[in-house]
Amino acid sequence: MRKRSITLAVYFLLLFVPIYWMVITSLKTDVEILQSFTLFPRQITFENYREIFTSEVWRSSFLNSITYVLLNVIMTLTAAIPAAYAFSRWKFRGDHHLFFWLLTNRMAPAAVFMVPFTELYYMLNIYDTHFAVVLAHCLFNLPLTIWILEGFMSGIPKEIDETAFVDGYRFPRFFRTIFLPLIAPGIGVGAFFCFTFSWVELILAKALTLTEAKPVVVTLTVGIGAEGVKWGLLASAGVLTIIPGILVVYFVRNYMAKGFALGRV
Amino acid sequence: MARIELKSLTHRYASSRKETSSFAIENLDISWEDGTANALLGPSGCGKTTLLNIISGLIRPTGGSVLFDGVEVNERPTRDRHIAQVFQFPVVYDTMTVFDNLAFPLRNQGIEGKAVNARVREIMEILELDTLANTKTRHLNPAEKQIVSLGRGIVRKDTVAVLLDEPLTVIDPVLKLDLRRKLKLVQQELRLTMIYVTHDQHEALTFADHVTIIRDGAIVQSATPEELFLYPRTPFVGYFIGSPGMNTIRCEKVSDRLKIVDSELELPDEIAHKASHLNGTIELGIRPEFVETSPDEKPNWNRFTVRMVDHAGAYQVLTLESGSLRIKARVEDHSSSREGDSLWINTPHDRTNVYEDGELVTL
Amino acid sequence: MRQRPWLFLLPTLVLMSISAFIPLIAVINYSLHTIFAGSTPDFVGLQNYADVMGDAQFRGALLRQLTFSLLALLVEIPLGVGIALCLPRKGGAVGLSLVLLGIPLLIPYNVVGIVWRLFTQSDIGVIPRILSVIGYDYNVSLNSTDAFLTILLVDVWHWTPLVVLLAYAGLQAIPQTFYQAAEVDGASAWKTFRYVTLPKLRSVLTLGLLIRFMDSFKVYSEPLLLTGGGPGNATTFMSLFVARKAEAYELGYAGASSIIYLYVVIVMSYLLFQFINRSQERGRP
Repeated sequence: MRKRSITLAVYFLLLFVPIYWMVITSLKTDVEILQSFTLFPRQITFENYREIFTSEVWRSSFLNSITYVLLNVIMTLTAAIPAAYAFSRWKFRGDHHLFFWLLTNRMAPAAVFMVPFTELYYMLNIYDTHFAVVLAHCLFNLPLTIWILEGFMSGIPKEIDETAFVDGYRFPRFFRTIFLPLIAPGIGVGAFFCFTFSWVELILAKALTLTEAKPVVVTLTVGIGAEGVKWGLLASAGVLTIIPGILVVYFVRNYMAKGFALGRV
Repeated sequence: MARIELKSLTHRYASSRKETSSFAIENLDISWEDGTANALLGPSGCGKTTLLNIISGLIRPTGGSVLFDGVEVNERPTRDRHIAQVFQFPVVYDTMTVFDNLAFPLRNQGIEGKAVNARVREIMEILELDTLANTKTRHLNPAEKQIVSLGRGIVRKDTVAVLLDEPLTVIDPVLKLDLRRKLKLVQQELRLTMIYVTHDQHEALTFADHVTIIRDGAIVQSATPEELFLYPRTPFVGYFIGSPGMNTIRCEKVSDRLKIVDSELELPDEIAHKASHLNGTIELGIRPEFVETSPDEKPNWNRFTVRMVDHAGAYQVLTLESGSLRIKARVEDHSSSREGDSLWINTPHDRTNVYEDGELVTL
Repeated sequence: MRQRPWLFLLPTLVLMSISAFIPLIAVINYSLHTIFAGSTPDFVGLQNYADVMGDAQFRGALLRQLTFSLLALLVEIPLGVGIALCLPRKGGAVGLSLVLLGIPLLIPYNVVGIVWRLFTQSDIGVIPRILSVIGYDYNVSLNSTDAFLTILLVDVWHWTPLVVLLAYAGLQAIPQTFYQAAEVDGASAWKTFRYVTLPKLRSVLTLGLLIRFMDSFKVYSEPLLLTGGGPGNATTFMSLFVARKAEAYELGYAGASSIIYLYVVIVMSYLLFQFINRSQERGRP
């Protein structure tokens, strides 16, 4: 027992050291960062955070990120739910092949699609809009979400559908009032993965945006390789990008624990 | 093998979030003789599995002692108790062959190869597993896997007892009989001390020489199957054993004679007088098998109407009614009673049990 | 209600056409042409593919990538399982542990890059300082080995929690009775692990293996931000390599290498999957 706790403690410590480092860097003055090496800021400053919150660029970056991430979640779910239903409930010609093809897209390296996306979206006039990133992220999120939802839906017996139809439910009403509540956890999990993937993705977000829709992940790359990198600023921006993630995980933690525990049954 | 005893055993569960049944085992005294086939019978949730886990050491009882051949083992860890356990679903090492599965406990003890081989072959022969020796256990059906589980338990010569926790649960009905037969055979041949836990009275009565009935953490009756059948100690036991269960008839004392509650029917004199010195709540119990029926009127017999006829293959169960009294009778399949027919019923006094305040009265 | 699969799949098909199908065709198209800025593309058939395969740089990047992915797997899987075995099985600590594990997974990739850059920069980083104390001159920008191992370390730091979570879910699914039986059989801790835990974790580990393999093949942001792909080519992995070619507008080349890249991932994943399944033999219950 002791060995386990110690190993765990050491592991978590190592896991959080880089994060701790980033947090304290965000609270240090630039001078302190560059010229001395301290384990705890000699002088705590919120200057970096202030700069971000008052900076138009940073603010709009955050806003852009949140916008396209949410849009992506909505769009992906809207397409994935019916698709997953079709895969789960019906057999049709080519269903296995289609499913497999969808999954292979999840494997695709984003770099492969950089240029075509840029050209295509340019043509469609959506370059440098939130939409471009949303569409691009669908490439990865849609297959994964369909896969997750299909799994959950297959856990609901078909009899429930049939009973509802026999009882006189029209499909839309059945779907809305009976089916969706039953697969709510699945929707939650799917939304979670969409959110996290979209929030952290860089290659496509960088390739498809310029100024209008520039997300925070791209703004964070500014100053890399240049002289006099503003570490404090970057660190604080970094800290701010982690917060949404932490909040989401914190709120679903019991959900997750339960999901893992259910496996025992 | 050894004699296993539980003395004044008490156990309370740590309260969990769902307060389904916060029951406890209170002052239990049981002993199982060396080399006997025993059953622990009771409805689901009555504590049977808990008792098994206390014997094997997976749970520490809050009070009382567990003794093997008179020696207290409360402090002994599971590993040192040498108890073999067969669970509800087969527990085998999927990646190993049948042979290796059976050899595993011996090899862990450090016994040398030749002795291991000899012993494993011996066990495999008894359990009729020889043909499967080199098959990986994951390819076996559940019944075969259970036998391997059992084999792993008895392959060690220092095994004290074999505990079986509803081992037929996941077995196909077709294979259940065969497995039961094998279990009984092995028990007899090797003279194993076996404790078989189940909620199925049929399994218990056909397997065991001695059955203990448990309910809500307390022993209701502990006896041979025959005794349980003929002289159930409480109406609960009477109802639980037998198919269908024993009939229970409420009675009351009316001027020193027993009369059936809410009924005009007369009880045979022997019964009516026998129980006249009793007080308290009185019930009569008679098994459907012992209820005598006749289509023709007979002196001192009572008239009932057939309400329902259930065909159960080799026999029929008749539900008989007279006024507000309903009893069941079990008759041969070729009887031709039909719903609505009248039947004359006798309840022989030597087959009728009398219960006062829920306990069997011996007169 | 009448089956209408294609209606239900319509939104998905439309979106995937725009996101996947059309771009894929476009990439294949590029790969078959030589493209110069300003002039019309020339159809060259499979010439680009030949060029790519013959290019030592490409082969180097591919080899580097494979080495990286395999090493990452070799560390992440056992480490992940090991940590999962240490996690509490029930109680309040479970939720907390899961949250802590989830955090590294939710950090934007480039923030990961920035954090580790902070850590490893020669002038301001912790690691160079610590290593200099024991006499090692660590320099992530100049030393190839340092750079490669650092990126590897970043990947391990970043993604082991995913393996832990998967392994943990798998462990929770193992009924306690198997461990009880092993205890009764007198099995040592190692034997219990080998004969009970490991076989039952197989399917979940396969999943973890495949996911990590596929995703490690796409590593991009971390090397970009930490080392810029260098020193030299030391940390130029496939994604970086292809992206560079695309940025340099060598679209024909980029296209061909992209297609090869894509299908290497798909084929290797497929093979890995088959290999793991085949070694499990027929007759799964």
